[in-house]
Amino acid sequence: MNELTIALVGNPNTGKSSLFNALAGLHQQVGNYPGVTVEKKVGQVQLEETSLTLIDVPGTYSLVANSPDEQVAVSVLLGSQPGTTRPDRILCVVDASNLARNLYLVTQVLEMGLPVIVALTMVDIAEQRGLEIDIAGLSEALGVPVVATQPNRKKGIAPLKEVLVAEQPAAVGVVAFPDLLEHQVEQLASGEKLPAPLQDPFLARRLLLDATGSIAEVAAVEMDEDARRAVEDARQRVKTENPVHGLEPVVRYGWIKQVVDRLVSRQEAVGETGQGRLDRLLTHRISGTLIFIVVMGLLFQAVFSWALPMMDVIDGSFAWLGSTVGNWIPPGALHSLVVDGVIAGVGSVVIFLPQIIILFFFIGWLEGCGYMARAAYLMDRLMAGVGLSGRSFIPLLSSFACAIPGIMAARVIKNPRDRLTTILVAPLMSCSARLPVYVLLTAACIPDQRVLGGWLGLQGLVLFSMYVLGVVVAIIVAFILKTTLLKGPTPPFIMELPGFKLPNLVVVSRRMLSQGWDFVRQAGTLIFAVTVLVWAAGYFPHDPEVESQLRESYQQRFDQLADEGERAELQAELDAAVSGEYLRNSVLGKMGQTIEPFVQPLGWDWKIGISVIASFPAREVVIGTMGVIYNLGGDTDEESATLRDHVRTAHWDGEPDRKVFTIPVALSMMVFFALCAQCASTLVVMKRETNSWRWPLFTFVYMTGIAYLAAMLIYQLASRF
Amino acid sequence: MITCLRRNWKMLTRLARGETGRIKEVLGEDSIAIQLMEMGLVPGIDIRRVGSAPLGDPLEFELLGFRLSLRRRESERVILFDD
Repeated sequence: MNELTIALVGNPNTGKSSLFNALAGLHQQVGNYPGVTVEKKVGQVQLEETSLTLIDVPGTYSLVANSPDEQVAVSVLLGSQPGTTRPDRILCVVDASNLARNLYLVTQVLEMGLPVIVALTMVDIAEQRGLEIDIAGLSEALGVPVVATQPNRKKGIAPLKEVLVAEQPAAVGVVAFPDLLEHQVEQLASGEKLPAPLQDPFLARRLLLDATGSIAEVAAVEMDEDARRAVEDARQRVKTENPVHGLEPVVRYGWIKQVVDRLVSRQEAVGETGQGRLDRLLTHRISGTLIFIVVMGLLFQAVFSWALPMMDVIDGSFAWLGSTVGNWIPPGALHSLVVDGVIAGVGSVVIFLPQIIILFFFIGWLEGCGYMARAAYLMDRLMAGVGLSGRSFIPLLSSFACAIPGIMAARVIKNPRDRLTTILVAPLMSCSARLPVYVLLTAACIPDQRVLGGWLGLQGLVLFSMYVLGVVVAIIVAFILKTTLLKGPTPPFIMELPGFKLPNLVVVSRRMLSQGWDFVRQAGTLIFAVTVLVWAAGYFPHDPEVESQLRESYQQRFDQLADEGERAELQAELDAAVSGEYLRNSVLGKMGQTIEPFVQPLGWDWKIGISVIASFPAREVVIGTMGVIYNLGGDTDEESATLRDHVRTAHWDGEPDRKVFTIPVALSMMVFFALCAQCASTLVVMKRETNSWRWPLFTFVYMTGIAYLAAMLIYQLASRF
Repeated sequence: MITCLRRNWKMLTRLARGETGRIKEVLGEDSIAIQLMEMGLVPGIDIRRVGSAPLGDPLEFELLGFRLSLRRRESERVILFDD
């Protein structure tokens, strides 16, 4: 039994994922490379006598790595990536409709000293464009097997598999560099100046050609001063005789141009292809922009409202589960832990799943189409205003639905500083979980008036201002971050705009499911722990004395009532009063009373204070908590008239004439919710995506700080009118 | 700075929509210049301006049979032959 490890490399947008999928079928695992959020896909294929391990390497245009995923790509090929062994062979995926630029990476890979196989994809698109490729000639020019495939139609897969396992010699470089360079490469590779792992013709050549020196870093080899000087000297020597700037691309493209001119014949295209027409529509100044707006509107709508029915189902199922399980367990601490802690906690995580799945399906589909690049292109100028690039647009737009998929979507941003800035401001976009709070408070406290000559309702205006507030603060924070903490040279915006093609639905669905599962597994555990912790703080010490005292005080009223219905009503009121009293006496309740001096400048009483504290794990919890604390029982939602009425009539403890929820208080609370980082799930996902607790902590501190100050400001201002 | 000295040179940004030019040189020796060249912007290659984004930046080009978007900032490094 033979074992072979084969790495799939290729430019982005070449259909590499489709080919990987066609080769590996169901036997694939998706995960992350340790320490970085770069997707790692490994597949297993059993071919008669050989068991193949396929590694799908992140797409790259060159072996000069410019971003974290390109670094991973190169390090996997070098075998220096932790957790992967050096591949035995390399499968180069080449877009036949874009041969010249794809061959650039191929010519680099041929020099690695491993057997190489080339798979052509998009052969049909090349044909449509009238391109005819001499495949035998290409194979001869490259000195390696070339197989034409159409992964989506499963064409060419069987011949490719045969070639993959057939006995093969290591490939050799085909591009002739100047003799002096070859001589210097030989000297460096055979001499003692370089550290031992770099004494290799391929690595020595990369060191000479790649002035950024990324290869040593990627190969995880420390170069001392002597080694550096030796390389620099050799480079200078080459340069004096070949004063060509960018020697590597110039020489490689020189070779490629001559090969492509010889082997690709250009026929007259068969009329305008459907792809050509679509491309023209998508890139047109007006129709392209309109289509963009419609697509983004659809994406937003999908994540925002199409997810709702599924979320309701999840919500309903967990409520049902809670009550069913609750019936089996006798009342007490265990009952409350399981029902209010565990089941409600898990439910609060799973509820985000529909949004995540829908968003990732959309993003995967748009990426598969090649449309994501176009969206980034259209929005780049706007995002450049705050120092970001067009690639930040979709993550930020998605964050209006939910920051969690938004932060995960930031993986498409290549520049690490841009990506981090996007992640850090994403939670400022008003997500769907803030909506219930806005709705409750505007409905209860903002007068139903028309403003601006009857055009706008005041309530709608207030609601809209909350969304604007988040965007404005995000712009300011992004700008400050990009000019201070995350300052750096503006990264270039060099982006391929791939032609439109129908995405492979299997690849898209697979990605969607793996992202969804990732979220549930990794974020779930911690969110769950936090929820249980808050539950415990809100439950204990749970002195039964509290309940019996209340019951006694109600007993008299019960005795006066004869009607069953009225008694049931009173019973409900008593139950609510009991849970309210328990909460008031719990650790959380005591905390609320302690922090009252801190929330008073915001116009809040201790009850709002504790509702807000309890909602730090998940802001939507505040509705339920307010329900409990204002003696209404846990089961309330923003539409329940009782909570709204109760909010309207609530008064300060011991001051029956002083209403709690005045307009300034409602505004200050809404502003606080608009800006505060009250979502444990978001912070956990942020930790996972940035690989450190530093950034979620930073976000928590800055957002909570801004929220507190802004809420205080709006309260103090509004109180003067 | 370099662009000021060589103002009379024809930069990529000077191409009109639909116009094609031949690349003479990419200015600068940093990694951005290398990235541009690795994408095929090497001397002797023909490049066509396809259009620009609605807000005027970035620009869209076609070369070697694929579409590439560059900001004006990067496009200004690419010098074309005067015809």
